[in-house]
Amino acid sequence: MTKVSMTVNGRTVSGEAEGRTLLVQFLREGLGLTGTHVGCDTSQCGACVVHVNGQMVKSCTVFAQDVAGADVRTIEGMANADGSLSVLQQAFQDHHGLQCGYCTPGMVMSAAALLKDNPKPTEVEVRHHLEGNICRCTGYHNIVKAVLAASGQDVSKIAAE
Amino acid sequence: MPKDGGIGASTKRREDVRFLTGKGRYTDDINIRGQLYAHFIRSQVAHGTIRKIDTRDAEAMPGVVKVFTSADFTGVGGIPTGWQVTSRDGQPMLEPKHPVLAEGKVRHVGDPIAVVVAETLEQARDAAEAVEIDIDELPAVMDMKAAIQGGPLVHDEIGSNLCYDWGFVEENKAAVDEAFRNAAHVTTLELVNNRLVANPMEPRVAVGDYEDHSGQHTLYTTSQNPHVIRLLMGAFVLSIPEHKLRVVAPDVGGGFGSKIYHYAEEAFVTKAAQILKRPVKWTSSRSEAFMSDAQGRDHVTRVELALDADHNFTALRCETYANMGAYLSTFAPCIPTWLHGTLLAGNYKTPLVYTNVKAVFTNTVPVDAYRGAGRPEATFQLERVIDKAARELGVSPVELRRKNFIQPDQFPYQTPVAVVYDTGNYQATLDKLLELSDHAGFEARAAESKARGKLRGFGLAHYIEACGIAPSNLVGQLGARAGLYESATVRVNATGSITVFTGSHSHGQGHETTFAQVISEMIGIDASQVEIVHGDTSNTPMGMGTYGSRSLAVGGSAMVKATNKIINKAKKIAAHLMEASEADIELKDGKFTVAGTDKEKSWVDITLAAYVPHNYPLESMEPGLEETAFYDPSNFTYPAGAYGCEVEVDPETGKVTICSFTAADDFGNVVNPMIVEGQVHGGLAQGIGQAMLENCVFDENGQLLSGSFMDYAMPRADDVPFYSVDHSCATPCTHNPLGVKGCGEAGAIGSPPAVVNAVIDALHRGGFTHVTHIDMPVSPSRVWQAMQG
Repeated sequence: MTKVSMTVNGRTVSGEAEGRTLLVQFLREGLGLTGTHVGCDTSQCGACVVHVNGQMVKSCTVFAQDVAGADVRTIEGMANADGSLSVLQQAFQDHHGLQCGYCTPGMVMSAAALLKDNPKPTEVEVRHHLEGNICRCTGYHNIVKAVLAASGQDVSKIAAE
Repeated sequence: MPKDGGIGASTKRREDVRFLTGKGRYTDDINIRGQLYAHFIRSQVAHGTIRKIDTRDAEAMPGVVKVFTSADFTGVGGIPTGWQVTSRDGQPMLEPKHPVLAEGKVRHVGDPIAVVVAETLEQARDAAEAVEIDIDELPAVMDMKAAIQGGPLVHDEIGSNLCYDWGFVEENKAAVDEAFRNAAHVTTLELVNNRLVANPMEPRVAVGDYEDHSGQHTLYTTSQNPHVIRLLMGAFVLSIPEHKLRVVAPDVGGGFGSKIYHYAEEAFVTKAAQILKRPVKWTSSRSEAFMSDAQGRDHVTRVELALDADHNFTALRCETYANMGAYLSTFAPCIPTWLHGTLLAGNYKTPLVYTNVKAVFTNTVPVDAYRGAGRPEATFQLERVIDKAARELGVSPVELRRKNFIQPDQFPYQTPVAVVYDTGNYQATLDKLLELSDHAGFEARAAESKARGKLRGFGLAHYIEACGIAPSNLVGQLGARAGLYESATVRVNATGSITVFTGSHSHGQGHETTFAQVISEMIGIDASQVEIVHGDTSNTPMGMGTYGSRSLAVGGSAMVKATNKIINKAKKIAAHLMEASEADIELKDGKFTVAGTDKEKSWVDITLAAYVPHNYPLESMEPGLEETAFYDPSNFTYPAGAYGCEVEVDPETGKVTICSFTAADDFGNVVNPMIVEGQVHGGLAQGIGQAMLENCVFDENGQLLSGSFMDYAMPRADDVPFYSVDHSCATPCTHNPLGVKGCGEAGAIGSPPAVVNAVIDALHRGGFTHVTHIDMPVSPSRVWQAMQG
């Protein structure tokens, strides 16, 4: 066990980690930040996406020790300072971009990374970017719509709500 | 209408805020002080005899508390089956024991053999490597026909791999055969309904806790129906009476059927917690989920359609081999029978139907209901054979269907397969589909595709489904070992807010929002004053949970029934307070008035009076305002619809691209259109996934080849288009108070045949007229090979 420190959602935190402890385990079990989820064991589903130093990362593929000192952001750190939903989170609610909620944290983190690099993505770009995040509930329709809406684009022409 | 939405409003979901901020509380988020971690050691071979399990080295490893084998579960029952099917010869199905941990033999890859329980998960996993297991591998039986023609026995003690041989409607068999002899045309199709893995994004988790001084067990589990788990596990497996067993299913991350069943891991952690006197937690990995969650579909079918000279359907005859896997999962026997055979009339007037279903044991993961459950299999064979018939006869698949539809004035309609459809209008959904999909413009789009070297095709499929399976006294006769009612307790609090305890369970469906909308509409108070509680057997009345698109139709009806009792009592209180006749009391917008007067009492006046009964008819009525109702439906509900798919096939590669998908559904009345449409979107993606991508494959030795998301192709955002969905052609259900039918499974039922019909249409338009069928998934290699002839 080694003591690992990092900044998570703006707070300096530290905890014990084995060499094999994954970042997602460190967040969930070490820090109690259970918003980041584990949906697979092959880095395919994206439920565990967080931001490390501003880059989206599948936290099931990173050892906690390897991100010591990094600036990590999770779904728990995505709301506005006053606790209200951010534009992207609000768009997910407004457009019913979630059902069971399990893939949602990873979807939001992944979509946030896209919008940071590409503030006005096309539908094709959104779909391509989210290819590493699996959702079993929504059929992606309302997720794509929510991301486009969060980027300020008019989604009223998209078939059905 | 209340300001934040009653019935019919696309109210935003109240659940979303916690999920969007990482505050959801799923089972894996639950950690109990002092808990131990369980790691299951599962069979790596599909079939074998266990010679030796040596746990000594493992038990000596750091942190290991105990290694369990079947020897620790000798006083425990097997995992029960909830449905008894009777064979054609009158014999009950064969029902082999399904032990919690393998006893003597392993029967599929993933069959649990031993469990290491340790202080940490890492210690449990490390020690699992040191458990020595010696298995003599036996030949695996994988092919269903081989299995019942002398193949190796999955269960030696029952002497056969044929679970049952079911005929329906057996009395019609001779008449069906006669109709085929007299037919002007017969279309025959052999097809496979591919095995699928449900794959809700949250893997299963179970946490067992035990209180030694009281003998109280608590199981936290990822379940769609905690009361069912309590009953099955308590009564049949562990002999724990209900009052000593609490089952909690908190936020659950999707189910799609796979979280209906009682699983061995639930019984394990419950029992292990009692033995070790410490909480025990198990979290499935995705790899484990692929070999331990009950899977779906896996039918091999021959279907024949008889038509007369005027192209009227005169009979349908089917023979299906249905894979049960190695053990009978909780509701497995009823899926290929009562949820399949009863849907074979579809939207059509076909007067005679006969189906024979042989359920077979193989050395594969158990199969049970997966979104649609029997109904997608029925719809696929029916809608594929109709399309093939149209092609053989040289008539339009659209018009052949239209000609054979049950007409709007024929409802209620008695089908030849037992069920009575209450309402429907299939022409209307077809017309709506053709309008929304711009069918008139199809030829122009096909020409444009052709100019780009692509083959465009249109596929149509109609579906009917039976939701809210009921009534209990009927399904009891059909073999169900459970009642199929639902329950609700409506507790009005003293200051007027309401807490509803429902037996339904939400794992993505949004009941916390929609159920509150219904109450809001009925009483006229703001939906924010209504809280919906579900998922805990300690505070909800005995209910059957959520499956089969039943929650609003059955659970919602129970809630309406309880709320009506509340309103009736509230009116009595209002009549007393206003010194009026009860018959003159009206409730509107949260106010009680006396007809023809200006007397008025608010909702809160009444609720306060009920709990502070100073001026109250105590001699004739109890104080308080809380009612419970159980609702047992008199019939199924019958959602139906028309689905249209346009595809482009690349003739160079066989790759299929979905250009558009349109769904015109009849769900009866709709409480929250936004949520209903979301349900359809999700179902469509799963149906498109089945048709285009997903396939669970075992090799001839029973090894699972598609055991991860690397190998099993889940639909992803770039595999699907925006869908066009509509539910305006509504014919409300006639026998439940809300007139609702259920929308959860429709998308997954209607879409696979629409996709495959579109691919066949594209190939025919491209001159590949020899292609009459391609089995799902219609992968590029399968399409390309079919094109090569």
